[in-house]
Amino acid sequence: MEKILEARGILLVYPNGVVANRGVSLEVEKNSIHAVVGENGAGKSTLMKVLFGMLQPQEGEILYKGRKVQIRSPNEAIRLGIGMVHQHLMLAPDLTVAENMVLGVEPRLGRVFLDMKKAQETTARVSEEYGLEVPVDRKIKDLPIGVRQRVEILKALFRNAELLILDEPTSVLTPQESEVLFATLRQLKAHGKTIIFISHKLNEVKQITDRITVMRDARVITTREAAELAEHDIAYLMVGREISFERLPPPRAIGEPLLRVRNLSYVNEENIRVLRNVSFDVRAGEILGLAGIEGNGQTELVRILTGLLPASSGRIEIRGKPIGALTPRQIREMRTAHIPEDRMEDGVAAEASLQENVIVDRYYRDSFSRGLRLLWPAISRHTQDLIERFNILAPSPRSTIASLSGGNIQKVVVARELSSDPELIIASQPTRGIDVGSEELVHNLLKEARDRDKAIFLASADLDEILKLSNRILVIYNGELVAHFQEVAGLTGQDLGPYMLGVQKEENVSGEVRS
Amino acid sequence: MSPLLKSILSEQFGYAIFRVMTPLLLPTIGVAISGLSGAVNIALEGTMLLSAFVGVIVSAFTQSLLLALLAGMAAGMAMAALLGYFHLKLKADIILAAIAMNWLASGTTIFLMFLITGDKGSTHSLKSLVFPALNIPLIHGIPVLGPILSGHNVLTYGAFLAVFLFWLITFKTPLGLRIRAVGQNLDAAASVGINVNRTRMWALLLSGFFGSLGGLYLAMGYVSWFGRDMVAGRGWIAVAAASLGNNLPLGTLLSSILFGVVNTLAIYLASVQLPSEFIQAIPYLTTTVALAIYSAQALRKRRRKIREPQAGGAP
Amino acid sequence: MEKFVLKYFTLIRTLIAVAIGLVISVSLIYLVSKDPGYSLQSFLLGPFLSRSRFFNLIETASPVIFCGLAIAVAFQARQFNVGAEGCLYLGAAVGTAFAVSTRMPAFLHIPLVLLVATGVGAIWGSIPGILKARWNASELVASLMLNYVAYFLGLYLINFHFRDKQAGYLVSYQLPQSAWLAQFIPDTRMHWGILLSFVCAVLVWMFLYHTTTGYEIRMTGFNERFARFGGINVVRIIVACQLIMGLLAGLGGMAEVMGIHRRFLWQSTPGWGWDGVVVAIIGRNHPLLIIAASFFLAYLRVGGQVLNLMSDVPSEMVTVIQWIIILLITAEAFLSRWRFRIMVRQAERLEEAR
Repeated sequence: MEKILEARGILLVYPNGVVANRGVSLEVEKNSIHAVVGENGAGKSTLMKVLFGMLQPQEGEILYKGRKVQIRSPNEAIRLGIGMVHQHLMLAPDLTVAENMVLGVEPRLGRVFLDMKKAQETTARVSEEYGLEVPVDRKIKDLPIGVRQRVEILKALFRNAELLILDEPTSVLTPQESEVLFATLRQLKAHGKTIIFISHKLNEVKQITDRITVMRDARVITTREAAELAEHDIAYLMVGREISFERLPPPRAIGEPLLRVRNLSYVNEENIRVLRNVSFDVRAGEILGLAGIEGNGQTELVRILTGLLPASSGRIEIRGKPIGALTPRQIREMRTAHIPEDRMEDGVAAEASLQENVIVDRYYRDSFSRGLRLLWPAISRHTQDLIERFNILAPSPRSTIASLSGGNIQKVVVARELSSDPELIIASQPTRGIDVGSEELVHNLLKEARDRDKAIFLASADLDEILKLSNRILVIYNGELVAHFQEVAGLTGQDLGPYMLGVQKEENVSGEVRS
Repeated sequence: MSPLLKSILSEQFGYAIFRVMTPLLLPTIGVAISGLSGAVNIALEGTMLLSAFVGVIVSAFTQSLLLALLAGMAAGMAMAALLGYFHLKLKADIILAAIAMNWLASGTTIFLMFLITGDKGSTHSLKSLVFPALNIPLIHGIPVLGPILSGHNVLTYGAFLAVFLFWLITFKTPLGLRIRAVGQNLDAAASVGINVNRTRMWALLLSGFFGSLGGLYLAMGYVSWFGRDMVAGRGWIAVAAASLGNNLPLGTLLSSILFGVVNTLAIYLASVQLPSEFIQAIPYLTTTVALAIYSAQALRKRRRKIREPQAGGAP
Repeated sequence: MEKFVLKYFTLIRTLIAVAIGLVISVSLIYLVSKDPGYSLQSFLLGPFLSRSRFFNLIETASPVIFCGLAIAVAFQARQFNVGAEGCLYLGAAVGTAFAVSTRMPAFLHIPLVLLVATGVGAIWGSIPGILKARWNASELVASLMLNYVAYFLGLYLINFHFRDKQAGYLVSYQLPQSAWLAQFIPDTRMHWGILLSFVCAVLVWMFLYHTTTGYEIRMTGFNERFARFGGINVVRIIVACQLIMGLLAGLGGMAEVMGIHRRFLWQSTPGWGWDGVVVAIIGRNHPLLIIAASFFLAYLRVGGQVLNLMSDVPSEMVTVIQWIIILLITAEAFLSRWRFRIMVRQAERLEEAR
C-alpha cells in the first residue's frame, strides 16, 4: 500500500530539556485511518505538532508522498495538503461558519469587498461534496461542539487537505456526537482522504481505525493492524511496564471519613457536563487515588473541593460540615491543604519571593503577624526552616520564585501546603513536570502524612504514582467514576488502564465507604 | 407647557442633538473598530486634540480646507501608528501607552501652539477655516424634520457616513473579517496564516482616521479655533460608549445617540436654575452609571449560563 | 559588568529612558530657543540657582509624592484606578468647606480638616473599586469619569457656597489660621504638609511591605489566582486598595491648601493626580523610589518654569518629556534584545568554563 506520510527517527527536545520524541518513526498508509495512542506525556501531541509544522525536530526526516519535505510552519503543512483539527478548536466564535471557512483566503468582489455570497456557496459546495452538513450562516458560538468540529474538518478539506490530523477529537463530544464523527471519518476515507487520529479512548480507536501506533515514554512501541490487537492488548502496550517500586506497608488503622462527597455534578460555561454524579469518601490514614487521563474532570473536581469553583449540584462535607458555600480560606482553616495541578497559575506568584509565597495561607496567624504588622524575622526563619526540611535549592528566603527550577518550585508549594499541618490534603498532579529527586521527596512526604493519620486525596494521570501511593483507587473517565478498587495489592497498570481509557466500565461506581 | 419642556421638544433641540453627537460618535467608532481587533485604542482623547490642532494650523496657513482635512487625518493616523508601534512591536501595555500618548498630545499641542501663536490658551489669533454646513435640498423644505436634519456641518453628515463606513468595512471587507477574527480568537486567525499584528495595526490606523474627524469637527466645524483641552473628555466617554455598544456599528450609533441626547439635555437644562457645574457633570455621571449597568448585565449573563445547564447533557 | 546589568536591568532601563528624555528636552531647547545656551542653563540649573527655587522644588514634589503613593497602592494590586486627581480635588474642596465653617483650636482643627478631606477622598476613590469588585466594570473608565464629576462637584461647592466675594477672583474664603499648616522656613513656602508627605511615603512603604493588608494587595497584584487560591479575599482587596488611593490623594490635596494657598483656588484641577501616575510608573510603585521620582519630576517642573520665565521655551515641554519617558518605560521590549544578547553570552561563558 502506498504510504502518504513517513516520519523517520524524529528527535524532539523541548527548550527545558524534556525529550518528547525519541527516535520516533511513523508510517501512514494512504487512504487509511491511523490512530496514535498513548498516555499523557507519551509524545503523541508533540509528534503531531512536528507533522503540522508547529515544532521543528532536532533530528529526523519526513517524507510526504515519497518526497522528503521540510515542514517549517503550519502554512507549509497546509500547502502540502496536511490539515489539523486541534483539540481546542481554532474557530472565531462570533463569526459564521462560512466566514470561518474562508478566513485567510477570502473571495473578493472587485478588489476591496468581501464576496460573502461566494463564500457561502463555496462552503455549501464543500459541505455537499464531502457529505458534511453544516449550517452555513449560523455563528459558531450557537452551534454544538460536534457541529463546530465538523466545520473545523471542512476548513481543512476546503484548503485541500489530503491528510487530516485530529487531536483527541472525541474529548469534547458526547457518545452520540462521537458516532456522528466516526461516520464522517468513514465518509472521508471513502473520498480518498487519510486520517491520523490521536486518542486515549481505546474503544473508539478500535471502532474505526485501520492501523494503530502505540507510543510510550517518547518512543513508538509498535504499529500494528487494528484487527490484530484487542483493546486489552493496546492498554497493556500503553501502560504495562516493569514498575519497580516497593509496595507501601499496610497502614495501621484507617479512621473515619474526613471528606464526604455525594452526587457531585458540574456543568461548565460551555454547557458541557464535566462531572457526573461523583461520590466518594476519604478517610484519615489513607490515600485515595483518583486515576485518569487529564481532562476527564479531575481539574474541576479538585477546584470544587477546595472552594475555587462552585458545584452545579451535590454535597461536600468535611468532618460532617457542608462546605458548599465556604470560601477557600474557610476551607483551608478547616485544616485542608491543596497542592494545585498548575503550580505557576495557582500555586505561586512567580515574581514574588520564596517567603512571600510560603506564607500566603498563614500570614495572618499569630506567629507571623501582630495585628496588621508582619513579623518578617519570624517569617524568614520559618521559610529557612522549610528550605532545609524540604530540601529546596534556593539561595535564600528572599529569592524570587521565578529563579527556581520547576522541581524546586513544586517543593515550595508542597512545603507550604504540608507545613500547615493539615488533616485533609488534596493533591492534584503533584509531581507533574519535576525531576526524579523532587518527585521522590514529594511521594515520601505524602506517605509520611498518611502514616500520621492524615486523609489524602490524590488525583493523578501518572499511573506509577497512583499505584505506588494509594490505599484505594478510583478511576474517572468522562467525568464519571468507572471503577473502585478497594484492594490494591497486586494491581498493575494493566488493571487500571482499560478503565482509564474507556474500554471497561463498571456501573454506578461510588468511592463511598460503608461503615 | 413649561418653557423648558417646550424648548426640549423644539426643532432646535433635535438639531442640537446631532451637533453634540458628532464629536462623540466619531471617536466611539474609532475605539470600537480597534476594540474589535483586541487591541483597543483609548488614545482618542489625544488623537482628537492633535488632529484638531493640526487641522487649524494647516488651514490657517494654507487657507485650504482640503489640506487641513488631509493633514488632520494624517495626524490622527500617525498617532495611532505610533501607538501600534509601541504596543505591537515594543510590547508596551496598550492602556499605559495610550494614557501617555494622550498627555503627549496635550502637551505637544500647547507647546506648538505657543511657539506658533504666542498664546497658550487658544488659536483665536489665527484665521482658521470652518467646514461648511450643508442644506440638503429636498429635506430642507420638510416641516419639523427639515430644520432638524438639514443644515448640519458636512462633518456631521460625515459622522453618520462613518457609521456606514464602519459597518461596511467590518462586515463587507476581508480586512473587517480578519479584524473580527483576530479579536475573537487570536490562535484561530494565526492558524490560517493571518498576520495578527498587521491586522491590529490596520484597525488602529482606521481608529486614528475616525478619531481625527472628530477632532477636526471640534476645531473646524463647531468653532473655528483650537483651544487647549477642548476635547474635554469626549475621547474617554467614547471608550465607555464603545463598550456599551459592544464595539459594533449599530451599538456605537445607539450609545452615541444616548449620550448625545443626555448631553444636549444637559445644555438645555442650563436655562433652569440648576448650577452649571451640575449640568456639566451630567455627561460624565451618566457614563459612569451606564458603565456600571452594562457591566452588571454582562456579568449576570455569564453567571446564568453556568447555573442553568441545557438539557443536552445526560443526567 | 554584564552580571550587574542583568541583575539591575529594569532599573538601568528606567534610567536610560530618563536619560533619553533629558536628551530630547535638551534637543528641543536647542531647536526652539533663540538662545539655547541660556535656556539650557535655566532649565537644567535653574532649580538650584536660587534659594527660593530650590525650596520651590521640594514644595512642588510634595503633592506629587502624595498622589504617587496613592496611585502606587492601587497599581500594586494591578488596579488601573487613575482617580487621584478627582479625589484630591473633591477632598480638598470639602475639607475647605469644613475648615471655613468651623471654629476650633488648631490642635483639633488641623487633624479634623485633614480627616474630612481624607475621608471624602477615600469614599470617592472606592467607588470605581466597588464597581469593579461587584460588576467587573472598568475601574479605568469609571475613575476617569469620576474625576470629571469630582471636579464639577468641588467647583460647585466652592463657587456657590464658599466663595469669597471680596477677593478679586474665584476663590474660597480664606481658611482660618487654626487650619493652617505652618510654614517653618522663612521666605519659603515650606510647610509641615511637606514633611507629612515624606512621613506618608515611609508609612505607605511600611504598609505595603510590612503589614498583612499590604501583603494581600501585593500578592493580588502579582497573581490574582494565586491570591484567591491562598485564601486572600480578593474582592475586599480590590476595594481596599482603591479606597486607600483616594485617602492619600485627598490628604495630599488638603495639605496643599492648608500649607501653601490657605484658600481653595483651583479653577481647574492641578494635575498632580496624573503626575502621580508618572512617578508611580517611574518608581515602579515603590514608595521610596517614588520620592526620588517625584523629586526628579519636580526638578523638571521647576526647571520648566524657570525656562518659561527666562526664555522663550514654553513649560509644556516638561509635560511632553515626562510622558515620553513613561512611553519608553512601558515598552517592555525596549532594549530587550540587548539584554537577551547579554544573557546568551553569559550562558555561553558558563558552558566554556565547564
